This record gives sequence, C-alpha cells and structure tokens, in this order.
Amino acid sequence: MMAPDQAAEVADAVRAYPRVAAVGGGSKRRLVGAGEEISLRGLTGILEYHASEFTFTARAGTPVAEVAAALAEEGQYLPFDPLFVAAGATLGGTVAAGISGPGRFRFGGLRDFLIGVQFVDGRGELIRGGGKVVKNAAGFDLPKFLVGSMGRFGIVTEVCFKVFPAPVASLTLKVACADAGVAVERMVTVGSSRWEADAMEYLPQDSAVWLRLGGPEVALEKMAREIAACWPGEVEIVAAGEADRFWADAREVIWADGAPLVKVPLTLSRIADLEARLRELGPMPRRYSAGAAGWFACPDETALDAMLAAQGSRGLAIRGGGGSSPWLGSCPSPEVARAVKSALDPDGRFPSP
Amino acid sequence: MPALHDSLRSLLPPDRVFTDPARMAVYESDGLTAMKALPGAVLVPETAGEVIAIVRWCVEHAVPFVARGSGTSLSGGSLPVADGIVIALNRLNRILEVDPVDRVAVVEPGVINLDVSRAADRHGLHYAPDPSSQTICTIGGNIAFNSGGAHCLKYGMTANHVLGVKAVLATGEVVEFGGRSREQVGADFTGLFCGSEGLFGIALEITLRLLPKAEIFHTVLAGYHSLEAAGNAVSAVIESGLLPGALEMMDALAIEAAEAAVACGYPEGAEAVLIIELEGPVEKVAAEREQLAAILAETNAFETRVAANAAERMTIWKGRKCAFSAVGRLSPDFIVQDGVVPRARLGEALRRIGEMSVETCYRVANVFHAGDGNLHPLILYDGRVPGGLEGAEALAGRILEMCVAMGGSITGEHGVGMEKRDYLPAMFSAADIAVMKRLRHAFDPGELANPGKMFPGAEAPALTTHGLHPLEKAGILSRE
Ligand SMILES: Cc1cc2nc3c(=O)[nH]c(=O)nc-3n(C[C@H](O)[C@H](O)[C@H](O)COP(=O)(O)OP(=O)(O)OC[C@H]3O[C@@H](n4cnc5c(N)ncnc54)[C@H](O)[C@@H]3O)c2cc1C
Repeated sequence: MMAPDQAAEVADAVRAYPRVAAVGGGSKRRLVGAGEEISLRGLTGILEYHASEFTFTARAGTPVAEVAAALAEEGQYLPFDPLFVAAGATLGGTVAAGISGPGRFRFGGLRDFLIGVQFVDGRGELIRGGGKVVKNAAGFDLPKFLVGSMGRFGIVTEVCFKVFPAPVASLTLKVACADAGVAVERMVTVGSSRWEADAMEYLPQDSAVWLRLGGPEVALEKMAREIAACWPGEVEIVAAGEADRFWADAREVIWADGAPLVKVPLTLSRIADLEARLRELGPMPRRYSAGAAGWFACPDETALDAMLAAQGSRGLAIRGGGGSSPWLGSCPSPEVARAVKSALDPDGRFPSP
Repeated sequence: MPALHDSLRSLLPPDRVFTDPARMAVYESDGLTAMKALPGAVLVPETAGEVIAIVRWCVEHAVPFVARGSGTSLSGGSLPVADGIVIALNRLNRILEVDPVDRVAVVEPGVINLDVSRAADRHGLHYAPDPSSQTICTIGGNIAFNSGGAHCLKYGMTANHVLGVKAVLATGEVVEFGGRSREQVGADFTGLFCGSEGLFGIALEITLRLLPKAEIFHTVLAGYHSLEAAGNAVSAVIESGLLPGALEMMDALAIEAAEAAVACGYPEGAEAVLIIELEGPVEKVAAEREQLAAILAETNAFETRVAANAAERMTIWKGRKCAFSAVGRLSPDFIVQDGVVPRARLGEALRRIGEMSVETCYRVANVFHAGDGNLHPLILYDGRVPGGLEGAEALAGRILEMCVAMGGSITGEHGVGMEKRDYLPAMFSAADIAVMKRLRHAFDPGELANPGKMFPGAEAPALTTHGLHPLEKAGILSRE
C-alpha cells in the first residue's frame, strides 16, 4: 500500500496505477472499493486554525480526534458529532463517507460545515473547490458534491471546515416512549419546539428518545423542567457521566457490537411504518439518529436489502458484511451521474459508484 | 429565429409566447440593469411538463435558454442570451406541500422566498435563508445562486437548506437529486446543483428544510467613533463564544444615507454602527444578553441601545434594511461589490477600501454582513461623466483582488454571473476551472443553459451604467 505524505504524491500515485482506491483510518472499510490502495494516513496535520474565523484547514488524513482536541482547547467543536472518532476516523474518510451523528439535529450535518476541499481527480490533478471563508458562492460547490462520494470521483487531500463555539453546558434527557408512534410524535414536538435541542437519538429497543440541550446552565435547567412537565413521569434527567457515555456510544456506534452497519436516510414520518416491518425481520439492533437516518446493525443484509428495494429507498453498508457493493435497496442511476463520473474520472481509475 | 417561432408556438398557447420586442423589453436585463440583450422569445410555462417540453425543444434545435425567476440577480445571472429563449418561471409558483412532521416544504421554482416562511408559520416553522430581496426573489433563483442573507453565519446559505431537487437538465433528462431526508447516501448531487447559476438545467420542484422559529430576539445597536473600533467589537463578540443570529455593520456614509431616507435615529456622530442580534429560547437569551452587554461595555462603543420591544427592533433594522437603496439615492449610479474577507481582517479591509476611495476620488459606502466577513462596498459614480463607470469598475476590481489576496472570496452571495466571471481565475487555477467546465459539460454538453456566465472569456454586451433596480426606483424593493 502506498502512503504518500504530500498531496502531490497522492496525485502521482493516482497517475501511476490504472485502478486506485483511497483508505483513511480504516474505520469504514466497506466503502473503500477495489484498486491499488493509497493510504491517506501519512497526509496529516492541521494547516490553519484561527478560532476567531470559525474555520480550520487540515490535510485529509488527519484524525478527527486530533482536530476535535485542538478545537476543544478554544471552546469550539464540529457540531454534527462526527462518527468513529475514537476508532481512528480521518477527516477525509468522514467526508467521503458523508456521515454525521446525532448532533446534526440542530445545525445540520457534515455537508453544512464543509466549506473547502482540495482533491485529486481521475486525471491525477490537484483540484480546489470552495474556499476558506465561512461564506462563499464562487464556482460550483465541489465540497458539497464530494460529501458521501466514497472516493468514487476523487481523493480528498485537504479539507476546510466551518466550526462553532461549543455550548457552555449541556444537559441530557431521556424520554420514555411506549412505542414508535409515541416516539415520533414526541420527536416532532421537539423538532418544532422553542427548546433548540442540539442532538436527538431514538432507541426503539429501549423505548426511549434521548435529547441533548446545550447553552447556559441556568437556561437548561428551566427548559428541562418544562420538557418534563410536557410528558409527566416519562422524562428523566440523565446524570452527566451517564450522558457522556451515552453520546460517546452513539458517536462510536459501540451499541452495534461490531456487527455490519447500514445507514438509511429517512424522515420522521417513515419511522413507525419501518418499525412495523422490521419486526418481521427478527431482532436487529438499530437507532434513529437526529430523525434523519436509521442505523441498522445486521449480520445478514439480504432481508433489509429486499425491504428497502420494495420501498424504493436506498441504504449504504458502512462497515462489515460480505457484499462487494456497499449499496442496499433501490439504486437509481441517472444518465448524468455517469457523465459526471467520466468528467472527473475519465479512465475509471477510482472504484465505480 | 422567426422560422423557429412557429415551431415554438406549438409548445404553449400563443398568449404565453412573446416574440414582440416591446413585450420582451422587461426581460432584457436583471438587477445588473446596465447589461441588456434582446432574447429571441420569452416563454411563460405554467407547469413542469411545459418547462420540460421547452427545454427539450431547445436541445433539439440547439437554441440557448436562460431560466428566469424574478430577475433580481445583481451579477447579470438572468441576462438573456441574444436571440435565445428566456423561460420565465414565475407562474410555477405553487407551494406543493408543507409537512410539519418531516419539517419540509416542497415548492415549485417560481415560489417567492418569503411565501415559504409564511406558509410554514402556522406550524411554528420557518425557511431560514432571507436575502433582502425575499419579498420578490424566487426559490429557483436562490438555488441557482446559493443566495444568502443576514443569518448565514449561524444558519448557512441556500444550499444548506435544500434537501432535494427535481430538475430538467440541459440534455433534456429529468432527474431527482436528494429527497426529503436531511441525510443522504452517495455523492451530493443536490449540493452540486445548488449554486450552479443556471448552467446545469432548470429546477422544477424543490424540497426545502424548515427550522423552528426562534422564540425571542435580543437586538442591540452600538455606535462607534471609528471603523476600527467597530471591527474590533465584531471580533470580541465572535471570540466570546456567542453565536449571534445576525451581526451587521454600517459606516458613516451608509448611516448618513439611511438617516436621510428613513430617519432611523442612529447614534449621532457615529463613524460606524453595529447591529447585533441574539435569538433563541427566552432562558438562553436571558443569560447570553448579560454576556453580550459585558463584552460590548469593553469595546469603546460610545452608545449602545437595546430594543425593548418588537417596534424598537424594527426601527433598528429599518436603517440597515434600507441602507443599500438609500446609498443608491446619494448618487446617479453605483456598483455593489460582494467580496468576502476573513473576519479578523475586516478592519484592515475597510481601511484599505477607504484609502482606495480617497486615492481614486470615488465615494464608497459600506453596509455589510460583518459576522461572516461578507463586504458590500457600494461604489458611487456618475455614468454621465466620461470614464466614470470604467474608473468605478477598476476600483471594484481592486477590491475583489484584495479580498482574494486576503484569503477570501470574490462573491459571498450574489454569484459570479456575468459581472464577476473575469475574476473567477483570481480564485481558482486553470485546472480547477477546467474541471468545473467538464462538470458543466456533463450536465450541458451543448452549452445551452445560460451560456456565457460564470466562466471568463465569452462574448458579452458591454456595461454602460449601473443603478437602482427598476423595482427599487419604484420603491417596491430595497436591498442589503
Ligand atoms: C434589492 C435587491 C436585494 C438583494 N439582496 C440580496 C441578499 O441579501 N442576498 C443575496 O444573496 N442576494 C440578494 N440579491 C440578489 C438576488 O435577489 C438573488 O440572487 C436571488 O436569488 C435572485 O432570484 P430571482 O428569482 O430574481 O432570480 P433571477 O435573477 O431571475 O435568476 C438568477 C439566476 O438563477 C437562474 N434561475 C432562475 N430560476 C431557476 C431555476 N428554476 N432553475 C435553475 N436556474 C434558475 C437564472 O438563470 C439566473 O442565472 C438582491 C437583489 C436585489 C435586486
């Protein structure tokens, strides 16, 4: 495996082989695809970080953990709760996988915070898109396009993110919800409420919705009391230690216990129906993150695959499992997607989408 | 062209196909009023099916087309291609759905920006992007330009709020990118379509993310004796860990104009004013306003005013909202720039703009989104004076180059369009631009959709004057 430590060397490596595939920290192995592997582990380092700009620029192989630590020193953070941080996820891998955690609830996901990229296209050229300032409308939005692109259109070598000040305090609530219908109703209430919850995660098997509020401590206590009064007897204020463990578990997906993991984009209105169908598939650990994605831990993907296909929806196997393609369910493939692929990767050096 | 007119008329009823130059005159330009081009025909579809048929007709006959919303683009984005087709989308103005469970709105492209928030209001929701043209500009135009507004630092730009796009591409293919979910899998084609300035095709149906309305606002007006002091105050607020919903700044010339226009009563003798607005739940804002007061007390503001109620908040905002148009009235003509600089260099950028202004003898007023470093220098000139426009354009170019040299951008929210296409290479390398062109060709191999925009080098009508948008002259619109 090649392990360049300069962006230009990544470009050389791309030109050197007919088929190449980028690997970051290896925490989402299933997405890598076939080809001569180029490890981005050596392409590390924060290049620029000025807290007062709310932005940082770093090489793509930089572990998210390193960045998170640097941000925390300045009281800032990536609000979307990046996943698999302790497992070694890199910035580039996180962008290419396009995944966000429960914290995407309040301000949006990774796509809403990536503002600039440098990448190597299929011709082996270093290309820049976006910029380094929080507001910019010049040129096509290549940073956004590359979110979730899994190295199929280019290898990300450098990223620039917008960041936010971290809330001064946070408070976690656990809301008991008898069934999926009740849970959805309560998540809808939270979603249009004045409380501005930062994060939300629904655990059907525990019959509970977890919420994280952020802001000045006095404010959080008052709001927590109001939420508790909303659903008497069903709301528990979670002790700080337990709350930290819960959100860390959600970020690292420890609950899946190493099982193959599938992400399915969805909306609140689909959850109750999905839950009813899943009952027929047998036990499957799962969570609904921020009301926007279902995460399923399933040793055997075939049943989930068939169910998603029947519903016309799409899933992505992030790690584990046997299939060569990470895609589940229905896979629409517009003509233009092929044209875009050949625009960026005319010789098919990167894995096919 | 006339030979094609008959064939065109098979697409729509005759009262929705204009070929008479007098009838087409209002479509000759957009918010960049000085650039004009007469299209071959203006078509006014009422359904997505009609738009698709028109685009396919254009593909078949290799006729260029330009989508048009309300024509408020400030960079010449919706300027027609001479002899091409203008597809006017204002009648596709149905809000198809507002869903309070999924918190999305599904709209046609001709829907007016503000109407989305109006429709969502009864569910306690709103659509966050708020360009100051929001009472008139369309969601289709907002998507094409990735438009902004006063709340971008906290909430992002249009692209951050677009979840799905159904579009007819310039190949005639109809595609659906994204969907209703806030998450997706695979490369983000929705994100790529946003900000494509009409060069990929025409959006037919758009799914928008809705957010809960903020419970309360806390609005503060602070007056400073120098631009530098105001600039430092911006940094102090940002570095404090607060995340204001809006953080806006005006300089003395802008304040003077606003006073003359709406008597907003800003602190007398101010060289600069800041408007800082916190928003959120009552309890949070109550705690944060103390923090803000403490920070501002340290910043040499010679006067600070807190809006005690909604009416006072509106008074504070009135000066800011009208400032653009008000400055426009100080001068026969003006150019608006839209460059971005890193926030820490705001003070320096303003000082250099001031120096350039003195050096070139052009008056420049500054009204801008300080929280995200998005400048809006207004360069005042008289188009009747020989060389007046050219000198103003040269100054505008120097300001853009300064923004890029400081690590910023040539446009924060108005788009590249026709106006700034020659400056794209200041930000991007030849290889970057080549990739963007290849992408454009993937969507539009025949270069039929809005050709001549965004990329440098193509033929263009020359600029003659700048000035207020016709709707501003009529007092219907004002800008930020
Ligand atoms: C007074 C005033 C104030 C303004 N304030 C702001 C501001 O605060 N922030 C800001 O960002 N902008 C501002 N603008 C600029 C302008 O309003 C925005 O760029 C707006 O998004 C344009 O919308 P429109 O409907 O007028 O689009 P148009 O001007 O008609 O078109 C703009 C571009 O969009 C394309 N287009 C239109 N519809 C579609 C579609 N359905 N599919 C694909 N492409 C399409 C056009 O081809 C063109 O390239 C202001 C303009 C004025 C005149």
